[in-house]
Amino acid sequence: MKLELQGITKRFGPLVANDAIDLVVEPGQIHALLGENGAGKSTLMNVLFGLYTADEGTILLDGQERTFRGPRDALAAGIGMVHQHFMLVPVFTVAESVMLGHEDTRGGGFLDLDTARRRVRELSDRFGFGLDPDAVVEDLPVGVQQRVEIVKALAREAKVLILDEPTAVLTPQETDDLIGIMRQLKDAGTSIVFITHKLREVKEVADTITVIRRGAVVGSAQPDASENQLAELMVGREVSLGLDKAPPTLGDVTFVVEGLTVRDSTGHTAVDGVSFSVAQGEILAVAGVQGNGQTELTEAILGVLPADAGSVTLAGRELVGMSPHDILAAGLGFVPEDRKVEGLVLDFTVGENLVLDRYDTAPFARGVGLDLKALRRNAQERIAEYDIRTQGHGQEVGRLSGGNQQKVVVARELSRPLKLFIASQPTRGVDVGSIEFLHRRIVAERDAGTPVIIVSTELDEVAELADRIAVMYEGRIVGIVAGDTPRSVLGLMMAGVPLEEAREQAREDAEPEDGAPGTPVDTGTTSTSATGDEQ
Amino acid sequence: MSEQQAPPPGAAAPVPTRSADPAEHTAGTGGRASQVLREVSTGSLGVTVLAFVLALVIGAVLIIAVDDDVAAAAGYLFARPADFFSAAWSAVADAYSALFRGAVINYRADDLAGVIHPLTETLTAATPLIIAALGVAVGFRAGLFNIGAQGQVIMGATVSGLVGFAWHLPVGIHLVVALLGGVVAGGLWAGIAGFLKARTGAHEVIVTIMLNYVALYLLQYLLTTSLFSTGNQPKSRSVDPSAQLPLLLGDQFRLNAGFLLAILAAVFVWWLMTRSTIGFRFRAVGSNAHAARTAGMSVTATFVLVMVVSGALAGLAGATQVLGTEKFLTDGIAGTLGFDAITVALLGRSKPLGIFLAGLLYGGLNVGGRVMEVSTGTPIDIVLVIQSLVVLFIAAPPLVRAVFRLPSPETKEVAA
Amino acid sequence: MTATDVAPARPAPSAAVVGRTVSYKVPVALGVLGLAALVLFGLLGPAGETTTFGVSGASDLVRIDPLELPSRATAVVLSVVALLLAAYSAVVARASREVPVWLVTVFGVVWVLAFLTWAVAGKSTSLVSLLQGSLLLAVPLAFGALGGLLNERAGVVNIAIEGQLLTGAFGAAVIGSVTGNAYVGLVAAPVFALVIGAMLALFTVKYHVNQIIVGVVLNVFAVGLTSFLYGSVLKEDAARLNSPPRLEVLPVPGLSQIPVLGPVLFRQTIIVYLLYVAVVVVSVALFRTRWGLRVRAVGEYPQAADTVGIDVERTRWHNVLLGSAVAGLGGAFFTIGSVGAFGEEMTAGKGYIALAAMILGRWSPVGALTAALLFGFADKLQQVLGVLQTPIPNQFMLMLPYIVTIFAVAGLVGRVRGPAAAGEPYEKG
Repeated sequence: MKLELQGITKRFGPLVANDAIDLVVEPGQIHALLGENGAGKSTLMNVLFGLYTADEGTILLDGQERTFRGPRDALAAGIGMVHQHFMLVPVFTVAESVMLGHEDTRGGGFLDLDTARRRVRELSDRFGFGLDPDAVVEDLPVGVQQRVEIVKALAREAKVLILDEPTAVLTPQETDDLIGIMRQLKDAGTSIVFITHKLREVKEVADTITVIRRGAVVGSAQPDASENQLAELMVGREVSLGLDKAPPTLGDVTFVVEGLTVRDSTGHTAVDGVSFSVAQGEILAVAGVQGNGQTELTEAILGVLPADAGSVTLAGRELVGMSPHDILAAGLGFVPEDRKVEGLVLDFTVGENLVLDRYDTAPFARGVGLDLKALRRNAQERIAEYDIRTQGHGQEVGRLSGGNQQKVVVARELSRPLKLFIASQPTRGVDVGSIEFLHRRIVAERDAGTPVIIVSTELDEVAELADRIAVMYEGRIVGIVAGDTPRSVLGLMMAGVPLEEAREQAREDAEPEDGAPGTPVDTGTTSTSATGDEQ
Repeated sequence: MSEQQAPPPGAAAPVPTRSADPAEHTAGTGGRASQVLREVSTGSLGVTVLAFVLALVIGAVLIIAVDDDVAAAAGYLFARPADFFSAAWSAVADAYSALFRGAVINYRADDLAGVIHPLTETLTAATPLIIAALGVAVGFRAGLFNIGAQGQVIMGATVSGLVGFAWHLPVGIHLVVALLGGVVAGGLWAGIAGFLKARTGAHEVIVTIMLNYVALYLLQYLLTTSLFSTGNQPKSRSVDPSAQLPLLLGDQFRLNAGFLLAILAAVFVWWLMTRSTIGFRFRAVGSNAHAARTAGMSVTATFVLVMVVSGALAGLAGATQVLGTEKFLTDGIAGTLGFDAITVALLGRSKPLGIFLAGLLYGGLNVGGRVMEVSTGTPIDIVLVIQSLVVLFIAAPPLVRAVFRLPSPETKEVAA
Repeated sequence: MTATDVAPARPAPSAAVVGRTVSYKVPVALGVLGLAALVLFGLLGPAGETTTFGVSGASDLVRIDPLELPSRATAVVLSVVALLLAAYSAVVARASREVPVWLVTVFGVVWVLAFLTWAVAGKSTSLVSLLQGSLLLAVPLAFGALGGLLNERAGVVNIAIEGQLLTGAFGAAVIGSVTGNAYVGLVAAPVFALVIGAMLALFTVKYHVNQIIVGVVLNVFAVGLTSFLYGSVLKEDAARLNSPPRLEVLPVPGLSQIPVLGPVLFRQTIIVYLLYVAVVVVSVALFRTRWGLRVRAVGEYPQAADTVGIDVERTRWHNVLLGSAVAGLGGAFFTIGSVGAFGEEMTAGKGYIALAAMILGRWSPVGALTAALLFGFADKLQQVLGVLQTPIPNQFMLMLPYIVTIFAVAGLVGRVRGPAAAGEPYEKG
């Protein structure tokens, strides 16, 4: 089926999320929609899927104009969508999930689960998904849940399949599997719209590429375009690769994690015997696919998750067993991974958010009273120092842009003497200008002699900031390598391949573009790394 | 070790603080004024007034619907429609004017005392309402639904009453101890829900609702014991004069020092929520518990503290009721105070001043309703209908605007 | 990859529990209760007394002689059985399994029997009328709980059960009285309760007002409205408007002759039989039909339902209306099902007990019925013991359902997990 979008415009109040977008997806084509976070890709697809109504523009299927008042219309027209956040009811079985909305019945409205099971098995077998129709969704790994979503769309005979950031939560291996599935679907005649911001995947699988920036189509490309060209289209200017940062001046090793084991809220081991250390004046980046224990690792250091075993010492002080309040007071600066959920109170003012973890200490508190003047003064200073674009310290933080919100969090955490600075996904969903600013501040904190830990799932960011890189996989540290370790090695390690093997493999299918293989710094997951010896 | 950040060499030069910009400042002031205007026309104040009008209209329809004269006139509606409308008008006017006479100023009274008597009764009735609603509001702003004000009022009244009649302490001390007893009892009772939420995640709505009934039956039981009751009546002994809240306007009026406590409580809650570190923590936990936790606040300890403060205020409300107004305990000591407090807190939008005004309004409706019932036979329960509708309407501004055909304000949609 | 490595980014991520910790909460609670029974009802119980339980009514075909039991010995035996059950639950817990519901239920029955034996020592009571009365008192609770779960399964918290019971009671009385036909009144009850249901849906589903607030306020509204109409209309003309006939007892031929159970289950009014039907129908509909699958999807994850073309708003509207009608049917019990005339605030908090029954029954129809029966039993027991002048103040019996519920939501009776999206307004996009 041929899909055409003509002049699609979608506004949210004053914000134009989609500005007269044209898009043509040929039958049996994999069409990549490339753009930064917040560029308007998902909005466009939600319009196509009937979740939003476009303010202007038309949708054509095989040349016929269609209007979708809801997903029901879109589904009926043969459009299927795999959402970034899976649309699966956790307590349903696979068969129930697949049949939901177009159920087989035995008459009288009674569910015909046998037919549903059979359908799941058929589709699963055809594409080698290996799905158990009676498995409960919440018990399945993410990669398998995604297959359930694809089967859901196929069971409705989708001719156009939209995949919204499908690889965000997948390991490289699972991503490879998905790419294989996409090719199979394409061969079977399904058109695929593949939404992503990852250049490599686009180049690997797409037949044609449309790039979106700030809600508008800024160009199209063929998969043989270079990554730099694509990146430039995507972010709108020559991407500066490399922040001019000086080599680190290492001080004492003041932060040591040893044998740390943490269970998450559901009781399974999320961090498994992790050991590493960070020296003053050094940035250690923790790389890995989302959900491999990085979150729990940082939360355990902060003390919001209890450690099951192991120790965390900062400047000789044991942190395990201390409350988050005391750990922060001991000199930890902490930027959580999701600013809207953990970093900010969105309906608090900028000024209040800037003292969120210090409101009860001098100079902001006098006894149990708040010193509003001190709050205001602090806010004005931070706003100036970090160039936070706000109407004033009394503005609600929820009304700021993502980049400015992130600046509020970082400004708060860096505005007091620190003994350790941890930032998770410090630039996720942040505009390019702010990214650079935030990166400079982080490096400046390092240069001031603070041990810094950056947790990031973006290899670009890891490469940009790291002096050393610790790769996490399934709760363990696969290895700790130098900051200039090639991506190919890191990618394999992120899939759980041990360092030595990863280097071996990377050398085997070595492509000339990669530099020298990474210097091993620490291969073990149990021994403490002696920092400062690799530079 | 890092000291205070110095801007790194490569960093962009900071731009001047935007709020220091004079142009910005002027714009800010103008913005505030226009914002007030906007709020009056389409926003909260306008909606509140219109919600009240709408509720009164529906109340009027009910009054008309059940009025005998109106029904009689309706029998020959087509013959003489004017009769019907005048009967309807007089039914409503009688009821609502009686309501007003009973709540504010009795313009038919002979002397000054009679004229202002309704007003003092309104203030008396508003006292526990305001205090308990403040408690509910503290919970709301900290993200907790304390549906258990009723039970906390009962427990507060019970312990205050007990201290009042069972202990015989010196003047001055007795009253303070009795009041404190109520505060502590209410706080502990609500603290159960806070503790269970903190420890086990038990939803405070369910637990507080259940505790309402446990408190009621506990009081009913206590009233059968010799400690509380002397006779066969389910009614306690009277509180010692030394434990009673002093009357403010002499023996003619029931208005007592409890009203001053209500004012103090409102000021206290204002200070607590906006000027103290505790309130900062309450609000942070209420708005985003995840962020509060990440910023080092103990969410569970806050839950307990919020419930204790919330319940302590409800307990104080119960104390004023037994030590100021009623002087003895019955199982109806709390009336429907606890649930009224929820509506008052909502109407007052959980802000101390708003609650104070809403408390006066609802207190007035309750008192006026009694006069209305006596003088026109319209059951006081119409007041409950009006009160509940007001709260529902203010919670749904689009509905009110739709009813009055008002334009909707600029909607602030957020991009997904 | 194992199931638990990656936390899916969903509103309610809950991966499989791998390292489940052994919890002895339930065994400890049962053990303490069992010991208390052994000491209080058994060892410290009155010596040499006899407890007499009547087991058949006067009209039964098969007459069974009343059971005369030695009070202390019987209580001791029952307590020991209870303790053995507690011990078994410890074995179950040790194996890291959840203590099954049946075990807790059997424990409860045995414990209560031990308690009864002690409380009725030296006196006599009829088990049949005790159970019959329990079932009757459970009727409004069960209907209310069913109505509540129909709401909550679709994601709307229903605190307004109380108001729905009250308007249902009012409607049944007035219409039954005007028509002189209790069955017409029975039909009117759900229709009147729809008023509250429609308001609940309007404010929560359409206007996204907080569901708890709307529920609480609607209960006040229902009290105000019914009391107002009672005071202004019903009282003046009680003979015409508030003197409904009562529903008659309709013994089911044959079944009602079964000893003990027959009179309890099958010598009841139509409203009880309707309850049986309602529980079965709702169970089947919720878990076996297309309608049920969609409702549950809406209650668990409305976005997911929306993306497969299910109209979330409409589903919620339907269910809130349906739920209120079912709860209203339970309201009929208060008037035409028992005393006849309507009285102000006559539901007296039963709606909140129904809410408790729904939670305790874990949002399942059969569970709700079971919990309602438990609470009905406690209520009836309180009445019986009040008459018998037993050592327990009846206020404590009245508290029981509420305290049990507090323990339940505090996790002492196993994990309570409701529909994930209950309480959340659904806004598209």
